[in-house]
Amino acid sequence: MINRRSWFKKSAAAIASVPLVNATFAATPSAPLDSTKVLGTPPKEVGTRSGFEKLERLVYAREASSASATPLELLNGIITPSDLHFERHHGGIPTIDPDRYALLIHGLVDRPLKFSLTELKRFPAESRICFIECSGNGGRAVLGRGAPVAEEVTAGQVDGLFSTSEWTGVRLSTLFDAVGVKRKAKWFLAEGQDSAVMSRTIPVEKGFDDAMIVYAQNGEPLRPGQGYPVRLLLPGWEGNAQIKWLRRIDVSDTPFFSREETSKYTDAKTDGRIEMFSFVMAPKSIITSPTFPTVLPGKGWNEIRGLAWTGHGKIAKVEVSTDGGNRWRHAALQAPVLSKGTVRFRIPWQWDGKPALFMSRATDELGNVQLMPGVFADNRGPATFYHNSAIRAWKVDASGRVTFGQNELA
Amino acid sequence: MKRAALLLLLIASGITFAAERFGLGTPASADDIARWDIDIKPDGAGLPPGQGAVSEGVGLYDQLCLACHGENGQDGQYDQLAGAPVPEEFATTFVKRTIGNYWPYASTLFDYVRRSMPQTQPGSLTDDEVYALVAYLLYLNGIVDADAIMNSESLPRVEMPAQSRFYWSDEVAHLR
Repeated sequence: MINRRSWFKKSAAAIASVPLVNATFAATPSAPLDSTKVLGTPPKEVGTRSGFEKLERLVYAREASSASATPLELLNGIITPSDLHFERHHGGIPTIDPDRYALLIHGLVDRPLKFSLTELKRFPAESRICFIECSGNGGRAVLGRGAPVAEEVTAGQVDGLFSTSEWTGVRLSTLFDAVGVKRKAKWFLAEGQDSAVMSRTIPVEKGFDDAMIVYAQNGEPLRPGQGYPVRLLLPGWEGNAQIKWLRRIDVSDTPFFSREETSKYTDAKTDGRIEMFSFVMAPKSIITSPTFPTVLPGKGWNEIRGLAWTGHGKIAKVEVSTDGGNRWRHAALQAPVLSKGTVRFRIPWQWDGKPALFMSRATDELGNVQLMPGVFADNRGPATFYHNSAIRAWKVDASGRVTFGQNELA
Repeated sequence: MKRAALLLLLIASGITFAAERFGLGTPASADDIARWDIDIKPDGAGLPPGQGAVSEGVGLYDQLCLACHGENGQDGQYDQLAGAPVPEEFATTFVKRTIGNYWPYASTLFDYVRRSMPQTQPGSLTDDEVYALVAYLLYLNGIVDADAIMNSESLPRVEMPAQSRFYWSDEVAHLR
């Protein structure tokens, strides 16, 4: 398995070498002078984006244990197009024949059962819009690791291991009822069918609360990179625990202490202890526009736009500061504000043409507030970068050039 | 009266629905479960028969692991496996996370190596080979002696240096 530090080092190198616009795209089409005077093209079985639009993920390293990030700065609204949903996998993307697929549930149950994909789809279905954020998202925005963080980076490069989809499937509680989970059960192992045979232990109570076994994403079957044919969905919880290519659930009374929940996605604290099982993603907001590589055309009107989410429920408010954190104004939240979903926020900004540092701060319905990096780091030193929900800043210079401003918060 | 009966019927059908199991799924046989059930717990539950010695692990490591993890588990392209002590504080010094300083249970080592390694031939090792590699990796980290033999009896008794540092978050503290 890949070393996280070298992974990020390599990722940084990959970012430096991968141009934002990749040459793999077809040449920009030529448009007629007057489109009303030329007969258009007929419909096709599968649509494509306009040839004038170039949207692509940022691929970290071209190897099996790697990741690709959503280009957040290029998107609008809250739904991530399925082909741009971020990916993080530890043993590559497996190819799974849906006809040979089965989900096995065993352990502390009355009736161990196997479910085919067809059977899973016959259970009462439910759809839900949820964000999924990689546990390591924003690792590159962690300050205090000896060197300043890169400033010529896009919002997607900073926080693009984050995406939002409408997921459809069956409630895990429905399957738990089907197998008859025993009273003393407290945890279940979720295990994937990839070459990493990725495994995590999840509290059974999450299974009875809102966990889902999903087979569709934004209306279509899951993409292979998202776990085709079936993944676990744990609304609001860290991405790594939402096992893709799910094939087995082992219900138990104690955790299994898998590699990912001990030696990887844990947080070393200032007191020298190491916290396990921190599943819920804290409230976080990020500005997606204007961000690098935008150059503001001149002083005057801009709309600051961004995304906010919390694993605790609903976002209550997003505040934006354009003066380095002195004064904060409430941004407008685009309805609907969904629990464990993503909300789009917007606020007008008159730029006076002078250098400025701007940032956003989310608060959720439980009163949890997104923290400034310094406060955030008080409980978290340089030895960890997981679950980094600290406030993100962007700066604009007098020429209108926007870059990542996180170092200004150090 | 009629209305009360109807209400009763509605309630009854509601109860039936709540307990509905939909009749989907096929009973999983012991063989079905055994074929996929590869998880191991700290107390040794799930460990298979077989054994392996440090001396057997050396050759296996050099042949299957060294290319990625480096000589003696250090300076490889991927995860460093050994050669870093448990630091006083993880938070103020950046220390490489190794088996010796950041893995709380030896069972996890067996579980992980058997399910995922070597990366290009995952799941290809025999149980004896996994035991031998685990023995060697523990030896590299100064946790067991050069003559150690790992099996389902000895492995759960290995105490990992970092174990006492791990704790459960508030989110799950009530499940202890």
